[in-house]
Amino acid sequence: MTSRLLLALPFFTVVVLIVLGLAVMLSKRNVVKILMGLSLMESAVNLFLVATGYRHDSVAPIYTNVPAGPMALPTVQALTLTSIVIGVATSAMLLSFAMVIYRKYGTTDIQKIKKLKG
Amino acid sequence: MDTFVMRHLPALLIAVPLLAAFLMPIVGGAGRVVRNAWVVLGALATSAVGLALAWKVLAAGTVLYVFGAAAPHVPLPMDSGGIPIRIIFQVDALSALMVVIASLSSLGITIYSLAAESRQSGLETFYAMLFLLVAGVLGMVSTGDLFNFFVFLEISSLAGAALVAYRVDNGVAVEAGLKYALLSTLGALAVLTAIGILIGQYNALNLATLASRMQFTTLDKIALVLLAVPLAMKCGAVPMHFWTPDAYATAPSSVTAFLVVSSQASLYGLFRILFSLYGDLVHFSWATFGWFLIVLGVLSMFVGVTMAIPQKDVKRLMAYHAVSQTGYMLLGVGVGLAVLGNADALAQYGKTAMAGGLFHIINHAMYKGLLFLTAGAVFYRTGTRNLNKLGGLGHDMPWTMVFFMIGALAIAGVPPFNGFASKLLIYESVFRFSPFLSIVAMIVSILTLASFVKVFHSMFLGPRRAEFAAVREVPVPMLAGMALLAVFVVAAGLAPQPFVDRLIQPAVEALVDRAGYIAAILGGN
Repeated sequence: MTSRLLLALPFFTVVVLIVLGLAVMLSKRNVVKILMGLSLMESAVNLFLVATGYRHDSVAPIYTNVPAGPMALPTVQALTLTSIVIGVATSAMLLSFAMVIYRKYGTTDIQKIKKLKG
Repeated sequence: MDTFVMRHLPALLIAVPLLAAFLMPIVGGAGRVVRNAWVVLGALATSAVGLALAWKVLAAGTVLYVFGAAAPHVPLPMDSGGIPIRIIFQVDALSALMVVIASLSSLGITIYSLAAESRQSGLETFYAMLFLLVAGVLGMVSTGDLFNFFVFLEISSLAGAALVAYRVDNGVAVEAGLKYALLSTLGALAVLTAIGILIGQYNALNLATLASRMQFTTLDKIALVLLAVPLAMKCGAVPMHFWTPDAYATAPSSVTAFLVVSSQASLYGLFRILFSLYGDLVHFSWATFGWFLIVLGVLSMFVGVTMAIPQKDVKRLMAYHAVSQTGYMLLGVGVGLAVLGNADALAQYGKTAMAGGLFHIINHAMYKGLLFLTAGAVFYRTGTRNLNKLGGLGHDMPWTMVFFMIGALAIAGVPPFNGFASKLLIYESVFRFSPFLSIVAMIVSILTLASFVKVFHSMFLGPRRAEFAAVREVPVPMLAGMALLAVFVVAAGLAPQPFVDRLIQPAVEALVDRAGYIAAILGGN
């Protein structure tokens, strides 16, 4: 029972993080805080990917001094690495947008950044 | 023709624009002429590879390319143990159609940008981002791997957002870029979650393998929603269209013309997932999802055109029309999906409706691209996009006016332009499915015509205005870029049948044939 709960723990964490991230994105008005919420959700999805890669009773696919038994397929880890790199690029670009907006508009309040309408 | 280049076309399709993009900052150091030569060379090479690949697919069937394998055309190499563990590009007739669109459009807009953007600074970055966007779109439409699709989706979103915000000195451009990037990232996260759900259950990322193992569990349905909703948002379907007018209006015009193609790549992704991944005839409620597409389509058509009519900014107006035209594609293909399980109805009108929808994708990319380029030409000379301030430009910009007329008549579905050819296919087939939907589609076309008559009148007609006394025709490269698209609009309108027979029908067959899509990778039936 305990081990099953332990296995489900990452997935609970994922749900909590996604809900937190969404709540931050929807409730905050500061662009930087909204981007922090987005980043939180990104981490949640990365954790989700890694968590799906766990296989009970299998070993990591490292061939040095390998113990007996099946090896886990490391695809999701590779995906997560790619996704982290993409996340860095996205965050960098979004934050630089926020910076330019602060310079041009003098505010980071999303309610006041509304020159585009109609 | 089995040369080295022909064998590695799918890899070159990505490698050429990426190389053009990443060498751009270095080449740009050698001066303006060298940089422009590199841009033209990159665009020509990308289009040549794209068209050659499409020609190969249409002549000889689906082209497979396994990255990193000794024999890249064998889907399951000996060392892979019977499952596709590598990234595979699976270019079938539908992908070929999208590759043709991206190739033609990217060539036109790059030539146009040479003159249109020449007054801006930071052009190395601009062209690097443009080639990245092209690479992202080409990758999205040719990959057979779900995670790879996500990566290319992100590449095109990032490059697209950077280009939307390119005119940084203008605060609103960055605002639109932020909106676009934020929504794209959120959508991409949903797609990534869906990928996690699918790989957790089936241990595969290859679309064909996933399709063959699909069990249609509750989790799969959640994954379908997480895939379909972001992609519908990225293609600008109502009610998730709110980013389109901002992004399309503030981006440089040549970029807007290609953002249209990038939206259509998302549309391709949506169709591919609904038909090839989930389109199982036994478990899949095709009628429900057909109606999902139809409702999205009708909403987009109607809301798009009604929002367009009161607009004063010409590019914003055209952006709402882009939303409206996307509705036709969703409607056509949606009707096909709704009758997918009914072989009689599918043969009688379902496939015609899908052909209309897919033909409209390529037609739309051409005439809408052309319209955005003419709007950019007017902005280039007058410095305003406000319809109330424009007027009398027909005297001094005759070629731009002619190109605008071609584009406007095509989007309104007036014969003999290409918009009429695809809309006629949609009208007559959708009428047999539901007369009401067909009538809505016709009314939207009439409203589109009315709206463009107004735009034409306020931009080009009337007496010469004093404030535009210095206005001349735009430079030759811009005219050449517009002419390339205009030639297609007229050609596909005058003789639509060869296009439908050679390009569209194979794409429809590829979209419907889920078993064939799976068999191309896994073999057998």
